[in-house]
Amino acid sequence: MTPDYALEVVNLTKAFGGLVVTQGVSLAIRPGERRLIIGPNGAGKTTLFHQISGDLRPNSGQIRLFGTDITQLTPYKRAHFGLSRTYQIITLFTGDTLQHNVTLGLLGLRSARWQMWRPLSHYGDLAIEARRTLDAVGLLHLADHPVSDIAYGEKRRVELAMALAQNPRVLLLDEPLAGLSNTERSQIKSLIASIPRETTVIMIEHDMDTALDLAETVTLLNYGRVIVDGDRDTVIADERTREVYLGA
Amino acid sequence: MKWIATALLIVLLLLLPFFAGDFYINLASQILIAAIFALSLNLLVGYGGMTSLGHASYLGVAAYISALLTSRYGLGHGPAALLSILGTTAMAAFFGVIALRATGLGFLMITLALSQVLWGLAYRMSGVTNGDNGIAGLTRPAPLGIQLDSAASFYWFALVVALFAFLMLAIFVLSSFGSSLKGVRDQPRRMAALGFNPWMIRWLTFVYAGFWGGVSGLLYVYYNKYIHPTSLSTTSSAEALLGVIAGGSGTLSGPAVGAALVLLLKNYASAYIERWNMLLGLVFLFIVLVMPTGIVPGLSRLMAELRRGPR
Repeated sequence: MTPDYALEVVNLTKAFGGLVVTQGVSLAIRPGERRLIIGPNGAGKTTLFHQISGDLRPNSGQIRLFGTDITQLTPYKRAHFGLSRTYQIITLFTGDTLQHNVTLGLLGLRSARWQMWRPLSHYGDLAIEARRTLDAVGLLHLADHPVSDIAYGEKRRVELAMALAQNPRVLLLDEPLAGLSNTERSQIKSLIASIPRETTVIMIEHDMDTALDLAETVTLLNYGRVIVDGDRDTVIADERTREVYLGA
Repeated sequence: MKWIATALLIVLLLLLPFFAGDFYINLASQILIAAIFALSLNLLVGYGGMTSLGHASYLGVAAYISALLTSRYGLGHGPAALLSILGTTAMAAFFGVIALRATGLGFLMITLALSQVLWGLAYRMSGVTNGDNGIAGLTRPAPLGIQLDSAASFYWFALVVALFAFLMLAIFVLSSFGSSLKGVRDQPRRMAALGFNPWMIRWLTFVYAGFWGGVSGLLYVYYNKYIHPTSLSTTSSAEALLGVIAGGSGTLSGPAVGAALVLLLKNYASAYIERWNMLLGLVFLFIVLVMPTGIVPGLSRLMAELRRGPR
């Protein structure tokens, strides 16, 4: 029996000293769902992602991935459970080639990452898969260039490619459109739209025009609390969304 | 081009005893030993981003174990070498658990503290280590019945071990584990999110570096036929670290070049200049100012610029 929810967050609370950044947040996201998380700056969106991915430990509450409690698991174990994420601040291996970056994404889930006696270049299947993923994000022609050589918008796509290469069950996207031009936005948008339904996508994004098209459900956070949660059109029409986020 | 140069260098190294005197052959042997030691330290410093000031522990402990087993307990060189490497690697496994509780400066301080403990023990436990007098009158092994007492034969022995070490570490760096290690050095958080276990990757590297540090320690005690607590001292660790940084940390040949430089200055220049330490300091100052990433990366950049021609 498959569990009802891909990701469940139950009564999650996190405080830095006196500052409570996540206050009893609960979410339930179905397999294959496209969920958008919105909220003003400082609402605790990225902090919530950090707790889901394991970079931060919550003070209380529970996080379940396909029914399994992962609250106490280290980040790398969560990755092996099928959880991938991207970063708001681009976090790539700048001195390495694009192909190497994506290869690291593939390697992370394979036992070959422990292999000390065999050159990485001998893993032909890794190279083929890495290049296929780069092709999917339209960067195959830059595969052999170091990340430091490419443009900002392209780095955003590498950021996405590393996560997509892992074929995750749940994908967390932290502002994948941040700092992009209009053309680049539409490129990333169609990329995200093409993610297969086996992958549940949870996205933080400020660009409502683009993000709302991708989302089915929306969660509005403010001061670390869930204000409104539900169907896209319902949340957007809600009075409180207008008040807190969209402005009058 | 690169292969031809490497092959030429190996041939040259093999033929060295035919055109150099004993003094230089012995100097070359010492450089080879220091190079293996620096290579193993570079795994931590250059590829792992773990700056250690206690790497002499592995050289020193391997040397002491071998010295004690052969002189006091009358063991043959074969089993003594095996036990010494095993013991040193096990110690690295244990020290790694302690030191890797921290990263960066904290890691450096713990490695320094652990090595100081060993140095203190070597000095004070004179019942076992003979204290400040050191352990003298040791012998060299005779692998496959070949005596290593002449300068040339020992040099060839050291060269074979050094080439093997270089090859193994080159493979290690190019391996998928090597990529995991460099990734953890550059972006530990991202690597964890991708499914890598940063702590385990660092620890395995620490143990492997300890193993090769032990190998250099065995050669060290075979060469000197004597061991003294100074080989465990912070100076010994720091000299190797200076060599790694001067030669170019995170490059394959850099540490070997750096180790050679330190040894040449120490053994050769000190015959002519009394204050060789000052000369060493000046040379490092020059390197840091002119080639901050080290000699090997600095020279290869210079070569690339020369090839491109004047602008």
